[in-house]
Amino acid sequence: MSVKIVAFCCNWCSYAGADLAGTSRLNYPAQVKIIRVPCSCRVDVQFILRAFVRGADGVIVCGCHLGDCHYSTGNYHAEGRLTQLFSLLDFMGFERERVHLEWISAAEGAKFAATMDAFVTQVSALGKNERYRNMYTKAGAQNE
Amino acid sequence: MRIGVFVCHCGSNIKATIDAEYIAAQVQQDAKVVHAAEYPYLCAEGGQQKIINAVREYQLTGVVICACSPRMHENTFRKTAAKAGLNPYQIEIANIREQCSWVHKNKDAATGKALKLAKAAIARVKLALPLFAGESAVTKRALVIGGGIAGIQTALDIAEAGFAVDLVESTPSIGGKMAQLDKTFPTLDCAACILTPKMVDAAAHEKITLHTYSEVEEVEGFVGNFTATIRKKARSVDMKKCTGCGACWEKCPSKRIPSEFDCGLANRTAIYTPFAQAVPNVPVIDRATCIKFKNGRCGLCADVCQPAAIDFTQEDAVFTQEYGVIIAATGYQVFSLDAYGEYAYHDSKNVITSLELERLMNAAGPTGGKLQRPSDGKAPKKITFIQCVGSRDITRGKPYCSKICCMYTAKHAIAIKEKYPEAEIEIFYIDVRTPGKGFDEFYRRAVEVYGVRYIKGQVGKIAEMNGILHMQAVDLLENKRFDTTADMVVLAAAIEPSPGAKPLAQMLATPMDTLRFFSEAHPKLRPVESATAGIFLSGVCHGPKDIPETVAQASAAACKAIGVLAKDKLITNPCVAKVNDKKCTGCGRCIDVCPYKAISLESNAAEANPALCQGCGGCASLCPSNAMDLNGFTHKQVLAEVDALCR
Repeated sequence: MSVKIVAFCCNWCSYAGADLAGTSRLNYPAQVKIIRVPCSCRVDVQFILRAFVRGADGVIVCGCHLGDCHYSTGNYHAEGRLTQLFSLLDFMGFERERVHLEWISAAEGAKFAATMDAFVTQVSALGKNERYRNMYTKAGAQNE
Repeated sequence: MRIGVFVCHCGSNIKATIDAEYIAAQVQQDAKVVHAAEYPYLCAEGGQQKIINAVREYQLTGVVICACSPRMHENTFRKTAAKAGLNPYQIEIANIREQCSWVHKNKDAATGKALKLAKAAIARVKLALPLFAGESAVTKRALVIGGGIAGIQTALDIAEAGFAVDLVESTPSIGGKMAQLDKTFPTLDCAACILTPKMVDAAAHEKITLHTYSEVEEVEGFVGNFTATIRKKARSVDMKKCTGCGACWEKCPSKRIPSEFDCGLANRTAIYTPFAQAVPNVPVIDRATCIKFKNGRCGLCADVCQPAAIDFTQEDAVFTQEYGVIIAATGYQVFSLDAYGEYAYHDSKNVITSLELERLMNAAGPTGGKLQRPSDGKAPKKITFIQCVGSRDITRGKPYCSKICCMYTAKHAIAIKEKYPEAEIEIFYIDVRTPGKGFDEFYRRAVEVYGVRYIKGQVGKIAEMNGILHMQAVDLLENKRFDTTADMVVLAAAIEPSPGAKPLAQMLATPMDTLRFFSEAHPKLRPVESATAGIFLSGVCHGPKDIPETVAQASAAACKAIGVLAKDKLITNPCVAKVNDKKCTGCGRCIDVCPYKAISLESNAAEANPALCQGCGGCASLCPSNAMDLNGFTHKQVLAEVDALCR
């Protein structure tokens, strides 16, 4: 079974960390697909929920380490927003383990690859996200 | 929309793992893709020409490049697009090298993922709007905050390049900490001899305006267009009339005020210049201690002032001025030793800090350069130095190395030995760090030529009994505990950022690290720029530095500042926040989240200043009514990308 993972990476640290994983030829599972955002604070909760509705099985948000944000405080806002999202997911009865927040610097190519490995394993253990994908086919399609 | 897709082989870097031909064929299933091609090296001249030709031939309105990371060649391809007559923001890059061919070995999996990434980029480019970089004018004037050696050097360099500079200093004179020093390492030339000519140059330079005894109160604006509000505190002396004769402070009856410049080791009067070579050489009245201001009687200074420069009614003058760049040069202060009770700094007058020793050794200092114990004025026979007091101490002090202490302690030891060859000197250290030009040679001279005794270890406790300082100490190399005595103890106290640095950083909306040093834009490649455009860092406000390093950084900051001032127009990044007035409810939550103060409320709707906005998008994802969006990373674009990747 192959799970689908969407990774939001901030341009300055984590996306560069992913690039370094590439330059260093560090393997990680191909089902991880990266979306570049300027800052982890650009990740709207909508984006994460939309990914699940469209069939993603896990979403990971990666930003600069706290204190290192290119925009000085963006990652704190991202952390606050995800904390809220976790409460919402608990309320919805949705496995919060499908969402993960990680700080990865531009120098941490190895950490990027290891984090993606671990997250894919974690999400694979939960299996496919059938519930919310179904929600899209029933309700979401009508809104298109 | 007519989209062209170009797949790069990057030699074999991409092609070895990804079937480029397959991707070029597959993307053409999308009705909007009118052209797809592959090429060995798209970034090369020939590759770029291929793109330009295709844009023209197929009248493309959007281009997707499947190649390396956008961090590598996004700008290259934007320029290519512009050459072809396409808006540079209507190209998208699918990163199929760093994210596919280099990290996935399985050709099918890598090709499948590359196709997904290409489709996501196509989805994005379909929604990409043409964006236009704006222009903003540059005010050709620099503001340097802090008048120590860092600020002076930066101001002089900018002025020499022909731009006007305002140098703002909070104390009555420029000169900073360096003016307090006796000698400088590793050459032992006197600090005043090399500093005062620079102070005079700064004051005399036609392009430099000094604002001493002044504070920056408010800063608004953005690179090229800052507006600062500066308060010139009332000096109570007319600077134009004063001749600097000194009759006023000679007559002043309030004579027992601890001198800040002499670290409290000597007294000053209520009307005073901090030191003899002060620039400007115009005294100020310290209103908190002046008898005239306290109870109205006195005014002796006014009586003796022949040019009638004393003005008790003078008020603070507040003015605003526009600047193109701002340079922070706020320097440092000596860390408070309150947490280090075991060193008896507050209990014994004969335990002093290194900066206090500088004053005691200085020919212009309170003792005229004679080394005397502060308690009884006797010459100390044995002096003990303790290193790293507060530095490299995570629990009570600072985690960092203050960097200058090893060298100035070696300097003190040599200077004392030069004057008093019989004096016995002991130095307790954790490590001796001497990485600088001529530094280690200097330290070795202290040990080998002057016989200074270095002990790797710590002093645990100091107690003064009958005028002698008794110490319990540890010698780590001998692995023994022992007792020792000294007539005087000198503590190499850590240095920390000036207290004014934190409010200034908030005013400038520029980040600091957790230790209250200003953060640089990049630790290796942009060490003198702050993360905020147009704000530069000079000297110790950015991290501990010695004088040569400070001067080098000060000149580097000046050079970067001149780079901005020399331009007539600045190009602004168009990927910034934009507000939909119709949706905005004026709740103002975006204002709080913006680190650049780029958003303001104008007639009940938010307005984002494109020159201030750096494009983080925090406001866009926070907006409860979806009124805020981010050019280049719009909601629709990101959602389309999500959809394409999850399909």
